[in-house]
Amino acid sequence: MNALLVSALLGVLLLFGSVFVKNRSINYYIALVGSAVLFLLNVAELKGVQLFNLNAEGLFHFDRYALVLNGLILFAVFCYLLLSGRSIEKLGSGFTDYLVLLFFICAGMIMVTSYSSLLILFLGVEIISIPLYILTASDKKNLKSNEAALKYFLLGSFSTGLMLLGMALFYGARGNFAAVVSVDSTVLTSSLQLASILLLLFSMSFKVSVVPFHFWTPDVYDGAPTVFTSFMATVVKVALFGAFIRLFEDTFSMQFVKWQLWVAVLVVLTLFVGNFTAVFQQSVKRMLAYSSIAQAGFMLLAVYAINGAAKEGFLLYAISYSLATIGIFAVLSRMSDYTFEGFNGLGKKDPITAAALTIFFLSLAGIPLTGGFLAKLFMIKAALSFATWLGIIAVLMAVVSVYYYFKVIQSIYFKEPGESTPVAFPRSFSLLLLLIAALTICLGVYPEVIFSWLYF
Amino acid sequence: MAALLLLLIPIIGAGFLFIYQGNARFTSLAALKVAVASLLVMLASLVWWTTPEMLQFSIPWLSSVGSSFSLKMDGLGKILCLLNVIAYFFLFVYMQQKEVSRPHAFYGWLLLAQAGMNGVFLATDSLLFYFFWELALIPMYFLASQWGGARRIAVTFKFFIYTFFGSVLMLVGILYLQSLTADHSFSIDSFRKLRLSADQQSWLFWLFFLSFAIKLPVFPFHTWQPDTYEESPTPVTAILSAVMVKMGILGLLRWLLPLLPIASYMWGDVVMSLAVAGIVYGSLLAMRQTDLKRLIAYSSIAHIGLLSAAAFALNISAYQGLLLQSFTHGINILGMWMLVDIIERKTGTRDMRSLGGLAQHSPVLTIFFVIIALANIALPLTNAFVGEFLLFNGLLSTPSNYYWVLASVGGLGIILSAVYTLQMIRSVFYGEYSQSAVQPIQLSAGEWIALSSIVVFILVFGVYPQPLLDLSADFVKELMSQTDISSLFRKS
Repeated sequence: MNALLVSALLGVLLLFGSVFVKNRSINYYIALVGSAVLFLLNVAELKGVQLFNLNAEGLFHFDRYALVLNGLILFAVFCYLLLSGRSIEKLGSGFTDYLVLLFFICAGMIMVTSYSSLLILFLGVEIISIPLYILTASDKKNLKSNEAALKYFLLGSFSTGLMLLGMALFYGARGNFAAVVSVDSTVLTSSLQLASILLLLFSMSFKVSVVPFHFWTPDVYDGAPTVFTSFMATVVKVALFGAFIRLFEDTFSMQFVKWQLWVAVLVVLTLFVGNFTAVFQQSVKRMLAYSSIAQAGFMLLAVYAINGAAKEGFLLYAISYSLATIGIFAVLSRMSDYTFEGFNGLGKKDPITAAALTIFFLSLAGIPLTGGFLAKLFMIKAALSFATWLGIIAVLMAVVSVYYYFKVIQSIYFKEPGESTPVAFPRSFSLLLLLIAALTICLGVYPEVIFSWLYF
Repeated sequence: MAALLLLLIPIIGAGFLFIYQGNARFTSLAALKVAVASLLVMLASLVWWTTPEMLQFSIPWLSSVGSSFSLKMDGLGKILCLLNVIAYFFLFVYMQQKEVSRPHAFYGWLLLAQAGMNGVFLATDSLLFYFFWELALIPMYFLASQWGGARRIAVTFKFFIYTFFGSVLMLVGILYLQSLTADHSFSIDSFRKLRLSADQQSWLFWLFFLSFAIKLPVFPFHTWQPDTYEESPTPVTAILSAVMVKMGILGLLRWLLPLLPIASYMWGDVVMSLAVAGIVYGSLLAMRQTDLKRLIAYSSIAHIGLLSAAAFALNISAYQGLLLQSFTHGINILGMWMLVDIIERKTGTRDMRSLGGLAQHSPVLTIFFVIIALANIALPLTNAFVGEFLLFNGLLSTPSNYYWVLASVGGLGIILSAVYTLQMIRSVFYGEYSQSAVQPIQLSAGEWIALSSIVVFILVFGVYPQPLLDLSADFVKELMSQTDISSLFRKS
């Protein structure tokens, strides 16, 4: 509850404050400190410190899992602002407004990970989506950005409609919006309930860009300004996955026989389409868009395998995927050439950034010693507990992903620098990147850091 | 503790080299010192530190999934780690005062690979084993891709993807086994307690075997090997073929055979046929090569074919031969690669058609080459003879019905290896005095020391292999008791 209210308050404060304080740096540092405070408040809540004494019974349920996930998300937001915050300035006017929108999205993300009523889930999804439509269009003069925003808005509204219909049917079956497990056999077998499960499955799949509901993703990720793509593809996606898992593993867990096979099919499709399309991309940004679809396929395994280990694994996945992708996008948003050739010879020109980038790509590819490996390990293990074939498909797709991630590493280290290779990044930026890369390795060597939060 | 030191010393050494970024002379000397330190620890653990506390190391790690950081130095681990530290020592002695671009990174990656391989040889926890299995691969990928030949990027990428593909299949197998264990642990002891049905063993077998077969490589999974050996810088090729392929042997002996004995027997014929086909295939292709590196690469497929065939012979003689030969093959092939490297550096070519007549003015080099080449074809009195004898003896007494086919086709490899090796000696050292070899080849001190110690190894262990056999005796006995499927027959 702490972080939710404070993030909304911070958003409003920055919004009105920016009328008086025009200095961008000051606003940026307020946002940066604000996000750190959000994280700390969330940690405090984990330790039992409540700032606000509100009764949100039946609307919110801040259990340990939700709090830990929120903590990871807010930490990633902090890293994001630290690395990419200044790149937002390149978008011209409205710098502070964008920061404000980011804080509103934070509030939305906390809502979707901690709801206990479907109404709050809906509100949260909308609070996330509407600022994202704006951020996608924030490069006002760029036609691609506008096109992406319109596409995102139309398709997003459509999927929200589906979600609302699903919730209405849910209400029809149960008579309330409470996201709890039902043991009533008439509810469990009612066709209204089953229809609502399917509609919610499809609309959530849309939000986290699962194939075949992914068609908006490459265009939106490619068209949106790179700084905001980074935000959308990481923390937002992770938060929505949190909601997805909460919905299906808690509320619909009794009916899992009915939906598990559907999810398995979605996993296979997502892994297949995401990975194989990524192989053929010429632009690193677009490749990352498809790779984020592929990674969604892995995260979807946590929905598929309804067990505690999968949920733990998802936490690890969330943070290691977010950190790696935020790091890569932070570098990308400072570059002019988004093709693979743009990275040529970076290892010679800026060894520190190159090393950090390499660690991020290794983590995304799931190579041991990085957080990404253990995250994938958990997911595959979860899949194996139900279906061996799914686990084998998942690891084979991980091999495919090595192909396109390593293409960047090859450019960085084994090719000669070209004209478009960036000269060198600011030293402070590189070192920060290396620090986050080191964190990725810590997660791969000693993931207990996160799990200890979950239980103690 | 000694086991842990074998990991830490190279890692710390590599970290130091990466950060310090000294010049070539300093770096190669520092790397040599690190290799000497590892060698001393290894020798100490053979002679003095023989208590279990010294040879084992275990601390909790990833307890949420049931994995622990457990290392244990048993007979197999001792032999292979010994090979690893000796090979690195010889290689670094040989590399003194040699030009390498960006030496700190080159030696740093090499040392990291050594740590990874030591980890593979010592790990008794399957997840840890997988960790090191991948960690040994990454440095090799960077080494080959940055310092290799013209086609290096595409070739090493193929190598990487190929081996990564194999290893993730193994990961599925490991995770499956872990999900079956009673205490949800990744440790090899828990795996051994499993009672797996023949069906389960059968498909698990292929998940594991593919991974090891690609690493070894066993025919027909060898296609990455000749290209990678050719395109990698020769010191890296030497480590790849001398030490890294032994990771596959270790995988077979520690993880595949004892855990899946029924499947190993069931599929033994198939695997041995592939391996024996690889002997003939590798030898025939080696005969047609003109590039020295490719020739040795193909001959290596043939040698590895014999080793992998013997692994499935399931008897004491084969196991003993396997352990012995793993060690001696590593030392001998290391010598071969050094000689190839010398020839290439001094004459500027590896093409046998433009070489010739080196013996007339470089007698020392010729003597080294001939001795090491003869060891490579397992002539009596060389170390490889003992191993090869045991291997064939083992093949002839396998439980397979086709033992005589396997042994005789495999035996063809001996003849063929003599053919291509003698051809190679003839065309490089004898015959017409070629233009590219006008300068007499002088050996540097480092080259002298490395090559002559390898020759000493060849001759000493050719006459008296007992110390190596003693080292592995306990392990072989234990392995035999775990893989003895005749007990199963007796019951039925």
